[in-house]
Amino acid sequence: MSVLETKNLGISFGGLQALEDVHFSIEEGEIIGLIGPNGAGKTTVFNLLTNVYVPTAGVIELEGSSIIGKKTYQITQNGIARTFQNIRLFKDASVINNVKIAMNSQMKYSVLAGIFRLPSYRREEKAVSQRAHELLQVFNLDKYAHDYARNLPYGQQRKLEIARALATNPKVLLLDEPAAGMNPTETKELMETISLIRDKFKISILLIEHDMNFVMGICEHIVVLDYGRIIAEGTAAEVRRNPKVIAAYLGGE
Amino acid sequence: MADMSKKKKISYAVNLAIVIILYCLLSLLISQGLIDSYLSDILTMVCINVILAVSLNLVTGLLGQLVLGHAGFMLVGAYAAALFTLHSGLPLSVAFPIGLLAGGVVAALFGIIIGVPALRLKGDYLAIITLGFGEIIRVIANNLTITNGAKGLYGIQSLNSRHDLTAMFSYVFFIAVFVIFVSFTFGTSRHGRAVIAIREDEIAAEASGINTTYYKLLAFILAAFFAGVAGGLYAHQIGIIDPSKFDFNRSTEILVMVVLGGMGSITGSIISATVLTILPEALRGFSSYRMLLYSIVLICVMLFRPTGLLGRSEFSLKKTYEKLMSKRGNKSAAGKGD
Repeated sequence: MSVLETKNLGISFGGLQALEDVHFSIEEGEIIGLIGPNGAGKTTVFNLLTNVYVPTAGVIELEGSSIIGKKTYQITQNGIARTFQNIRLFKDASVINNVKIAMNSQMKYSVLAGIFRLPSYRREEKAVSQRAHELLQVFNLDKYAHDYARNLPYGQQRKLEIARALATNPKVLLLDEPAAGMNPTETKELMETISLIRDKFKISILLIEHDMNFVMGICEHIVVLDYGRIIAEGTAAEVRRNPKVIAAYLGGE
Repeated sequence: MADMSKKKKISYAVNLAIVIILYCLLSLLISQGLIDSYLSDILTMVCINVILAVSLNLVTGLLGQLVLGHAGFMLVGAYAAALFTLHSGLPLSVAFPIGLLAGGVVAALFGIIIGVPALRLKGDYLAIITLGFGEIIRVIANNLTITNGAKGLYGIQSLNSRHDLTAMFSYVFFIAVFVIFVSFTFGTSRHGRAVIAIREDEIAAEASGINTTYYKLLAFILAAFFAGVAGGLYAHQIGIIDPSKFDFNRSTEILVMVVLGGMGSITGSIISATVLTILPEALRGFSSYRMLLYSIVLICVMLFRPTGLLGRSEFSLKKTYEKLMSKRGNKSAAGKGD
């Protein structure tokens, strides 16, 4: 069974049909790329999956049960985590606190336990600190743990955002242009990190990206959007040869 | 890690020792009459303002939402507490703490009533709604019979008696310490982190699995509760309350304390609440220039330290000590070089 599946998904803003009949399914451990020209509706798909917008048609199923109508934070707790196209970190919080904040819903101690430092506070905080450090180590961010997030270099901020998304223990990770603004070395490093986290955390990944080397190099399956509709899908090789994709997005010689 | 918690324990112990020494010193001076009743009243007001500023800082600093009606919660708490001690028939020593608690609870209830509609929205609606609340509640108190209208409530007993000059001060002092402690530990618990996350980026907070409405309400209600308790203390300290004491100017005064100290800094709020309570009193000699000087001080601080005295950082004895030591170390090293 697929982890995440959409059928006939669509949304219209007034008279504008932004997305229509979008259907795809993600298997466990799969990396899927969502590509297409600017304004094709890629980020809108993410916003539908996390219920920032409510779809006007179709179904979204996470492990077989519908998540439409659930609040964004509930969807995150249920297992869909995302990053943002323009980085949205908690800038005036430390790097480690950025990760701990995302682990909030996995902690159970009460307000009073937190205020009066009861044993449950100490036990859970200790466990979470340790997990947060381990997660930062995966991204080589451990050495910045107590720096403010705003002081990190751009590439590290992107990584921290992914680490924060992973901290919510997701089944599906949505990455919105993770390689934007990165140089080729950083992009290559990021590709390795993404394959690593897929294997290490056993999660499925859906990513939006314009860097074709990145997408073709890492995604097992690619979905191409144009004007809110899926115009092609398949493996990297299939999509690259598809004349529709070449006309709408890739461009020919 | 063990080393870390040991250091923390030491700093807790140092802070506790300072609080106890400060209390013993002040209460001794008051009971011996070395601090007269005028000064001890100012000291009590300092503590009440510290409670108000630190509690407002929970919303304005930690959550990053503007509240323009903190005096409204104070009013609700003051009336609730005063009405309880006036009519309960219990001896004051019993009625007073219950009255304070009632004041806090009633203020918190008003916090829920206002907070639920205002905080479900993203953005700065809270400022306008609390501004409206502060004005409305004042007008209501001015017109109800139970609040005795514009004449207000009087004959509210102070805990102080001829034999015990420090009772009121002790209460206020330890409640202030408690509020400071709570807002510090709350800010560093998982709930406080969630509140900070909302201040930093509400959309990202929600995408990180945080129920933003719940945590916004939590911070707001906590602040309203403490403001209510402060109102109750104020009522019993002054002895007479009427609605005009809790007007918009009072709300602004508390907000200025938070902004001046640095939004998000507890110690900043404490320092500026202390200074801004004492300053107008100390300037009484200049009578008509008093408020002018007060305003000039405020403008200067905002010009030269736009983030407030301490910004978002906390004053810590340990850090100051380490800084001093390293400076001295540098100096002696430089001296040797010569």
